Amino acid sequence: MMNKNNKEDWDLVIKGHTSLFDLKFDDLWRYRDLLFMFVKRDFVSFYKQTVLGPLWFFIQPIFTTIVFTFVFGNLAGISTDGLPQYLFYLSGITAWNYFSDCLNKTSTVFRDNASIFGKVYFPRLIMPLSIIVSNLIRFAVQLSLLLCMMAYFGIKGADFHVTYAIFLFPVLVLMMALLGLGAGLIITALTTKYRDLTFLVTFGVQLLMYGTTVIYPLSAAPAQYKSIIELNPMTGIIEAFRYAFLGKGEFTVWSIGYSAVFTIVILFLGIIIFNKTEKNFVDTV
Amino acid sequence: MSDIAIEVENLSKAYQIGQIGTGTISRDLERFWTTKIRGKEDPFLKIGETNDRSKKGTSDIVWSLKDIDFSIKQGEAVGIIGKNGAGKSTLLKLLSRVTSPTTGEIKVMGRIASLLEVGTGFHPELSGRENIYLNGAILGMRKKEITRKLDEIIDFSGVERYVDTPVKRYSSGMYVRLAFAVAAHLESEILIVDEVLAVGDAEFQKKCLGKMGDISKGEGRTVLFVSHNMAAVKSLCSSGILLENGLIKSRGGVDEVLNVYTSNADDVNNVVSWQREKAPGDSRARILSVSIKSEDNIFTIEKDLFVEVVFENGIDDQPLNVSMSVFDEKEVYVLSSPNLQRPPLKKGIYKSVCKLPKDFLNTGKYYFTFLLIGNNYELIVQLDKVIAVDLEEEGLNRGNYFGYWAGTVRPYLKWDNFPVIENQDGFQ
Repeated sequence: MMNKNNKEDWDLVIKGHTSLFDLKFDDLWRYRDLLFMFVKRDFVSFYKQTVLGPLWFFIQPIFTTIVFTFVFGNLAGISTDGLPQYLFYLSGITAWNYFSDCLNKTSTVFRDNASIFGKVYFPRLIMPLSIIVSNLIRFAVQLSLLLCMMAYFGIKGADFHVTYAIFLFPVLVLMMALLGLGAGLIITALTTKYRDLTFLVTFGVQLLMYGTTVIYPLSAAPAQYKSIIELNPMTGIIEAFRYAFLGKGEFTVWSIGYSAVFTIVILFLGIIIFNKTEKNFVDTV
Repeated sequence: MSDIAIEVENLSKAYQIGQIGTGTISRDLERFWTTKIRGKEDPFLKIGETNDRSKKGTSDIVWSLKDIDFSIKQGEAVGIIGKNGAGKSTLLKLLSRVTSPTTGEIKVMGRIASLLEVGTGFHPELSGRENIYLNGAILGMRKKEITRKLDEIIDFSGVERYVDTPVKRYSSGMYVRLAFAVAAHLESEILIVDEVLAVGDAEFQKKCLGKMGDISKGEGRTVLFVSHNMAAVKSLCSSGILLENGLIKSRGGVDEVLNVYTSNADDVNNVVSWQREKAPGDSRARILSVSIKSEDNIFTIEKDLFVEVVFENGIDDQPLNVSMSVFDEKEVYVLSSPNLQRPPLKKGIYKSVCKLPKDFLNTGKYYFTFLLIGNNYELIVQLDKVIAVDLEEEGLNRGNYFGYWAGTVRPYLKWDNFPVIENQDGFQ
């Protein structure tokens, strides 16, 4: 009884072992300004002292689209569900890039920020969250490129149309962000002890792209692999993304529902593991 | 209860030393099995021992802090002192929540701002102003709060002219000034400072110390200050905590704690003595003991030191004298001083005492070599670096400077000022 009273009197109690589910969201809210400072820092430092500046945001997807069109569209002759090849690849790449950037960057959070984390306390989750938001700016720029291309092909009379699923667009973006975040958090927590994972992640994400419907439509996948590809939570999201913007893709409530559940589980798991690791990682990194 | 700012109970922190990585998966699994599934105590924490670097331990777990208990009142300025590896930094890290305790807990009243390093998170590409916002936010300030204090911060830092220049173009001094300025304007009830004063020039150090003094005395905020610098601790803090091998050795008023530290820091031999038969020398003469003393046997540079050599003369009417040489830690030959009086002595035991005046040697270790010289200046006994003294300082002759005071010796010399030009315009 006495103890209980005491606890309420203190502003802060630092203990070794806290509940796994004590996620300290109130702390996170108090530091919200810091999140935007980090976003600003990332953005400003990205283009300072570069000649082309923010133009670099465009260059990567444009060249990737051209190469994909040449290799997979022209040489390999993979179907694009009747969509213009440029639009098909660019839509896939734009969505995939956002997910993979979120995943890649958050998966090295502890390692990249060891020096700051070792010197000052702030809710560690601020850092990966700021990465998600930073990448959102990049995603928005790349999306505008997609919209320009759509306008161009639209005027030329290509066969595609925006569907009602466009209203799901914010949800899709959120799902990509949180899925990348959740997986990244798990990986970064594990890499504080097991460095080997870092190598696995870099090419693993690249390979995962081929297991997602970025360069081929789900409808063109061979029947025996189709169920495996559908197990990938990003498949449902990319298919829905493409269906929303271009009107082609296997968009069902089931597929998107599966992705959503998967995302929530991964995110929850990620935050718990991250918070657990965060407390002592300074000693091991 | 309401006037306590920090209460620490049974606080411990264990570190794993040696390789981290090899065998961790199997170890982690074993640990998980015993602690989580079977609900037993962590087997890897049991085998720990106290933290003493000089002894080789048998396990690879070391307790950097072990069952620490203390409390700090609001408005108290506490100096945390101790040798390297005593657990000071670990305690700071725990208090600033950079890492978490293995056992025990810390209860805090009010907001903590900790300054383990100046300029954490400064980005070289961003301007001074942008970095003020970034660094302030990292230290826990809200954006409005920083905006409100921006002018004050820029003013305090003294880099107003360059505030829109990227900080990568700053000199290291400007960088530190800006960083400290941000930290000094944190609105927290508790401020934790690691030796940040080691940086910057004397003028800025004075400003920092002044600001910290204001914070603790003027504004009534709680300050925890970790330093090797006894003089700075003495001038800033009202009480102290002395850590040794992860345990609290002393807690109390700052003078009391510093005294324990200085008398305790001396882990070198101040006294060496021999039994008569085994004493170095021969039938002509032997040295029986050598020692260094001060009035209270606490050795600081502000006290007179007395070097005593006790020797036995074995031949009647033999002229004998002692000669002393002093070396510092870097093997620099600091001085030599022979006893120039060599009267012929009767058989018997004698004592030669040499006074090393106060305000003469610098802080640190000094080693003493002795020679005993007999008839015709023959060398009878030579004792190389047989005793030593480790000098601390009380900080009486420092003025406002609290940084490292260089030099093999540190005599306190008299300075005088005289007008050279008898012109009203020349000196004002």
